[in-house]
Amino acid sequence: MNNGRDARMEALAGITVNGLAEPFEAATVAALLAAKDIDSDARGIAVALNGRVVPRTAWSQQAVAPGDAVEIVRARPGG
Amino acid sequence: MSMDIPTDDPLVIAGRTFSSRLFLGTAGYPNRRVMLDAVAASGTEMVTAAIRRISLAGEEESLVDLIGERAHFLPNTAGCQTARDAVLTAELAREALGTDWVKLEVIGDRELLYPDVEELLRATETLVAAGFTVLPYCNDDPVTCRKLADAGAAAVMPLGAPIGSGLGICNPVMIETICARSPVPVVLDAGIGTASEAALAMELGCAAVLLNTAVSKSNDPVRMAAAMRAGVEAGRLASRAGRIPRKRYAEPSSPQLGLVGT
Repeated sequence: MNNGRDARMEALAGITVNGLAEPFEAATVAALLAAKDIDSDARGIAVALNGRVVPRTAWSQQAVAPGDAVEIVRARPGG
Repeated sequence: MSMDIPTDDPLVIAGRTFSSRLFLGTAGYPNRRVMLDAVAASGTEMVTAAIRRISLAGEEESLVDLIGERAHFLPNTAGCQTARDAVLTAELAREALGTDWVKLEVIGDRELLYPDVEELLRATETLVAAGFTVLPYCNDDPVTCRKLADAGAAAVMPLGAPIGSGLGICNPVMIETICARSPVPVVLDAGIGTASEAALAMELGCAAVLLNTAVSKSNDPVRMAAAMRAGVEAGRLASRAGRIPRKRYAEPSSPQLGLVGT
């Protein structure tokens, strides 16, 4: 009976990164990348927050809040 | 004796000049060395890339670092099924690769990987308005190609056959018609299986050819890349030279007068 509410509370407390839920720990995009050992200077990487691209120049300022959905992508071989 | 063939025949798309009329995909090679050698052998100046979620498990190879300055990137929106997803992917690609060029794919059928024309048009309009250089992968349909050009596409890229099928150009008559009528360059994208089909695309009037699987999955990708380069060049030369009309009966090449005997 409380499962739905618990799941909601959990989602509210955490964030989603590339489709996977995780606890909210990093307060900015840059901090999130650092926590995941992703080199912020690496070429070919981009970040979207809640469906909007965050320019690289804004990574250190852009706040991440509980409930946010983050996409971290990179250029891969493709046709 | 050697004859100099004029080679000054550049392709211009959205103000960018290419001396190679072959665009090459970077996926599905046996390894990165073969991919880079195939890129070199093809002579291409633009390669495609996909935009995918980064692996959070560990280090992946950076395609950008691998390709370096060898070629321009043409990021794709492969796999997107809605205009909305394709637009976001294009925006991420622009940020990741520093290019506003995009091979716009919006797929309407997972088995055939055929474009969803309504979504494709919508995404083209949105991205053109946002300043992108849009090269849509589209059906071999003159009406769709005209609508995409009207919407501001920098080129149109009709399929020869389903992606990765290697069936060649299933409707050469319509590809030729699209080329004859298009106000923007026509790039034959998808379906090519071997070099003669790349040559045919150019003979039909295409401005360039984009292919991947025919090279990456051949037994010798580097050799096939060289074959595709030669095929595209041969087809372009033949197209400019102009083929002779087809006739139903023979016409002797040798003189009819002065035959030996009676």
